Amino acid sequence: MEKVLTNRNLSMLLLAIAILFPLFTDNQYVLHIFSLTFIWTIAVHGLNLIGGFTGQLSLAHAGFFGIGAYSVGLLTVKMGLNFWLALVLGLIITTAIGFVIGLVALRTKEHFFAIYTLCVGYIIYLLLYKWEELTEGVRGLIGIPVPAPIGPITFDTPRNQYYLLLFFLVLVIFLMHRIMNSIIGRTYIAIRNSEELAETIGIATMKQKMVSFVLSTFFAGLSGGLYAAFVRFIGPDISYISVTFDMLMYLIVGGMGTLSGPLIGTLLIVWLSQYLQFLQNYRMLIFGPLLTLLIIFYPRGIAGGYQMWRAKRYMRKTQQLMQPVNPVSMKEEK
Amino acid sequence: MLVQTKGLTKSFGGLTAVNQVDAEIETNKITAIIGPNGAGKSTFFNLISGLHPPTEGTIHFKGTDITKLRTYEIARLGVGRTFQTTHLFEQSTVLDNVIIGHRLRTKSGLFDSIFKTGRLKREEAACREKAHEVLEFVGLSEMSHRLVSDISQEAKKRTAFALALATDPEIVFLDEPAAGINPEETDGLAELMKKMVDKGITVCLIEHKMKMVMSIADKIIVLNHGKKIADGTPDEIKNNELVIQAYLGGDTNAPVN
Amino acid sequence: MIDILVQQIFNAMTIGSVYSLVALGLTLVYGILHIPNFAHGALYMVGGYMTLIVMLETGVHYLLAIVASIFVVGILAILMERLVFHPLRNAPPTHDKIAAIGMMLFLEALVQLVWGAEYRPMPTPFGQVVEFFGLTVTMQRILIIGTAIVVMILLNLFLKKTMVGATIIAMSQDREGAFLVGINANKVAMLTFFISGGLAAIAASIASPINLVFPGMGHLVILKAFVIIIIGGMGSIPGAIIGGYILGFSESLSATFISNDYKDLIAFLLLVVILTARPKGLFAKGVH
Repeated sequence: MEKVLTNRNLSMLLLAIAILFPLFTDNQYVLHIFSLTFIWTIAVHGLNLIGGFTGQLSLAHAGFFGIGAYSVGLLTVKMGLNFWLALVLGLIITTAIGFVIGLVALRTKEHFFAIYTLCVGYIIYLLLYKWEELTEGVRGLIGIPVPAPIGPITFDTPRNQYYLLLFFLVLVIFLMHRIMNSIIGRTYIAIRNSEELAETIGIATMKQKMVSFVLSTFFAGLSGGLYAAFVRFIGPDISYISVTFDMLMYLIVGGMGTLSGPLIGTLLIVWLSQYLQFLQNYRMLIFGPLLTLLIIFYPRGIAGGYQMWRAKRYMRKTQQLMQPVNPVSMKEEK
Repeated sequence: MLVQTKGLTKSFGGLTAVNQVDAEIETNKITAIIGPNGAGKSTFFNLISGLHPPTEGTIHFKGTDITKLRTYEIARLGVGRTFQTTHLFEQSTVLDNVIIGHRLRTKSGLFDSIFKTGRLKREEAACREKAHEVLEFVGLSEMSHRLVSDISQEAKKRTAFALALATDPEIVFLDEPAAGINPEETDGLAELMKKMVDKGITVCLIEHKMKMVMSIADKIIVLNHGKKIADGTPDEIKNNELVIQAYLGGDTNAPVN
Repeated sequence: MIDILVQQIFNAMTIGSVYSLVALGLTLVYGILHIPNFAHGALYMVGGYMTLIVMLETGVHYLLAIVASIFVVGILAILMERLVFHPLRNAPPTHDKIAAIGMMLFLEALVQLVWGAEYRPMPTPFGQVVEFFGLTVTMQRILIIGTAIVVMILLNLFLKKTMVGATIIAMSQDREGAFLVGINANKVAMLTFFISGGLAAIAASIASPINLVFPGMGHLVILKAFVIIIIGGMGSIPGAIIGGYILGFSESLSATFISNDYKDLIAFLLLVVILTARPKGLFAKGVH
């Protein structure tokens, strides 16, 4: 049992289910919600990379999501570019803006960083909202084309779009997995743990935070670009601060600083929201306190809690094997 | 002379925490910095490791001016340090905490991690090997897979030492290594410091436990109100009038007991 | 030209007064607990609603409704401190912000559920237009400026002249030291939150008759209040007051001479410029 249930096998099983799933259902609504979940999970991975793993709580991520979405929207609708070209350009635009903002924002710490990025997010929203000549303001952009076909593969059916989004999600998860399981990822965790300590063991924290931040805006931009072509209508609201708060909630519920947290949290909350649709705008009556209670009593989230449980169990086992327990640890009781 | 400060000064607003300190730390010796609370000892460490930029004065390491270097650049030159509070990542294992200590000797970046390049694999192996080596050195091999939250305060201190040692330092600055641990454990840590010196690593520590300081230090520097009031061998310091006054006037941790 | 300028200065004073009061509450809490209270905007919003609803439901005078609002919001702020910030005092720095965001979302949804999402005007007995040094202004605006000045003077007297006030100042200057001399940190924290909530309630109540009351009314205000306390130095009381008026003036002038559409951007551009030059804020005290 133990050997079969490894993380790797579990991931593969989930992937197989995700791939086979559309073959057994015609329910377009279900496919639609899953596709949306995949899009949001990508953005939440971005937030997790900088906030969860690197310890810099960025509240500008809905803004970068908006930049990605509007870049793709404007380049396809107003300039008639091919979606794929627009997506690439959109990612370059998002990460370039992310780079410039990161250069300034990351010099600030803790509260200042959170406040600064919150304000940056708001500036982006205001620009998308007020710069009507470019963005059409509150009317938004309509008629964004679906992704252009690649060879014989078209993306005009919900099923194909589902697969396309699944592909990007898997790609992002794979990247995050590679990064976080290497010394590069450990470097980010060291910075989260203590920036001072990280500096004194020779880590150029500013540079590392920059890489992490820019990559996190890349994920947010990617998510936004995909959203634009999937939903095909975007308004300035997608970059409002409440969207960042939504992402934050998915992350907290799933588990900050874990690799599976973004997917678990997003799946859970997005589906829960579907069942709570009768609440509409009042869903925060439940999710607001949930966020507060979780961060007070269970800040690890679901994935983090599971990880801790496994670590503890592993510790107990190894301790039994390694009798006698080290004498040093017994002295600690005073 | 490994480290030399001249006229080192740090003011925070109106308060001068370190005031015109000329200090010398000799290669392969144990140098202790003592002084009453608020004497500026930790600030002195922070200046040398580059966490605070000095207001005035210079710091030389092996003859090179490091006054204006960034903290991580100073670390890469071979200056390691620990903090009063260990700052370790409690939810991770001892080994995982220490592996990152060798990161400064690696060059892999984001792309290496994404494509799992040969360089990354080599460097990760080197980091792991280094971690095992230093854990062995500090006597924590058996505990390397325990969670930091599960181990004793003394073991945490040793882990912090190991982390500093993993950076391949020529000198380590230890900020109150023996705070919060019992006398036997303190002796153990003193042994460990001597072992570091035997291995060719210069040690400089801040410590309040005078018995320990007097027994292991080759040289003691005394700070009071940010100023250096004395330096010399333990015997010289014990009999120094200024030092005795400073302690009697300010703090209960008298050097003589 | 001069007329417009004088009118704008008067407007700037009005806006600045409201900003200063909100920023004062935020900076007081920051000074004591080192928490940037992201839910402060929600307190402001609840303050606006309480005054409006108390007036409409019970028919009491506007000023009495404000007093009721101060108490309700003050107690709400105390609850926040006790139930959320206090348990999180040793948690990593990101946690208190996330918890505050959760409370903010909750309060907004709650208010929307109970009183609806629409923008509501607040009636005021001070709507009459008066001539004031050659300016044509409403009494309400004079009331805003006057109230702000009175509140600031009272707050100053309280902090400087009373024992309790002195304790708050002592604690904001030296937390550790305050513990050593036996200050009851819990009581001081609760009192500070009460004052902070009360200030938010006053600010919302006097500003609402010239703005509107709606669930999202706290968003922009809190963001700007953060900008103000960064300009004025986190935890600094005079900084919050001066910063509030600086922002009031910059906005009012740029609305007249640049563009009304982008006047809300001024605060954030100011912040971007300041933090670019000084990552720890304009009047940052030395490193601790």
